[in-house]
Amino acid sequence: MPLTREQIAKRIAQEVQDGYTVNLGIGIPTLVANYIPQSKTVMLQSENGLLGMGPFPFEGQEDADLINAGKQTITTQKGASFFSSADSFAMIRGGHIDLTVLGAMEVDETGSIANWMVPGKMIKGMGGAMDLVAGAKNVIVAMQHADKEGNSKLRTKCTLPLTGVKCIKKIVSDFGVIDVTENGFVLREYAPDMTPEAVLKATEGKMTIAPDCKKMDV
Amino acid sequence: MASKVYSNAASAIHGVKDNMTFLVGGFGLCGIPENCIQALKESGVKGLTCVSNNAGVDDFGLGLLLQTRQIKKMVSSYVGENATFEKQFMSGELELEFCPQGTLAERLRAGGAGIPAFYTPTGVGTKIAEGKEARDFNGRTFILEKAITGDFAFVKAWKGDKFGNLIFRKTARNFNPMVATAGKITIAEVEELVEVGELDPDQIHTPGVYVQRIFQGQNHQKRIEQRTVQKK
Repeated sequence: MPLTREQIAKRIAQEVQDGYTVNLGIGIPTLVANYIPQSKTVMLQSENGLLGMGPFPFEGQEDADLINAGKQTITTQKGASFFSSADSFAMIRGGHIDLTVLGAMEVDETGSIANWMVPGKMIKGMGGAMDLVAGAKNVIVAMQHADKEGNSKLRTKCTLPLTGVKCIKKIVSDFGVIDVTENGFVLREYAPDMTPEAVLKATEGKMTIAPDCKKMDV
Repeated sequence: MASKVYSNAASAIHGVKDNMTFLVGGFGLCGIPENCIQALKESGVKGLTCVSNNAGVDDFGLGLLLQTRQIKKMVSSYVGENATFEKQFMSGELELEFCPQGTLAERLRAGGAGIPAFYTPTGVGTKIAEGKEARDFNGRTFILEKAITGDFAFVKAWKGDKFGNLIFRKTARNFNPMVATAGKITIAEVEELVEVGELDPDQIHTPGVYVQRIFQGQNHQKRIEQRTVQKK
């Protein structure tokens, strides 16, 4: 069985180290926050101007002036700070964010990512995604390995308009954990009930199986 | 010194004309100059270019000016919450320039700071880079992005004094400080207008020099787009 959205989030949370500053995108990436253990001190950055995002407020305590980048009402954690959008993206572009987690429509074997536009469809916009992939020290993509028709979204070359070039280091898909290296995709871990060969078969881009490739622990 | 204080949005926006460029603060519906937008709608000016991170929702924020077809062009990073926008854009009535969010913030900051253009790594190798000058620094490629200024800038602040010093609240700050610096005429709409001297100089986010007109807004709705809560 491929991983659920929650399992993908849980596996990505294992990559978050104590002391990290992390920006989580909308969708599966948002769920990652639920699996970061209390023992780790992590500051979540929201690009609309907050470092130190806390959980959703209790009913009746929502504040229209306190939202995240997904426009959801939130709270602050101890040590939080507010700042302008220019300061926020100085933080992002300037390499002060340790890790960004975001979704993708396609990632290719060179680490280029497409996640903002499908030609012919209404384009909603890239928001902060292009800045995030250009600036964060490390970018992990949370995504489905294949589309609904079974076509691989881990491509030889992205077919959709790009969000960033050669910027993705790691992918956690519902099929496994994949590093993006100079030699293409390298399968590090595979989903329980799958085999490395099955993941390879489901991948369009060049992929090799790491010698120490193992079953995922989620 | 002439007073910067106006009694309401309708009087504060005098001088707005067709085809002008407006810079509008806010992120989603958070920290938007609600009264100014309403007054601009009622003024009937059209052919407007609006620079704002988002385009409001169908019936609020800049969505109000889309409904009345007063906006000719939007410069934004994300417009996903607005069906009116989608309809007008797909039919070719509305022009749209997408700008990455951080680049938009920096273009406004540069506009207010006298920097005509700057190099950024954001968007290199994407559609955004098409037609833009590229240059390598320290072995990495950057693209040249140009500053933005506007005929008018509308900002929303929490508190302001009669000199125009502003304090924003929580994430309602967002684009407002940069927008404030980049307008030929900047109008600040505040929840509470106080006398000069009442605000602690150490707590001012936007110094009054950037603000030409200020008024205390009325009936702020402060709508929440996504009300997310947890049970006690």
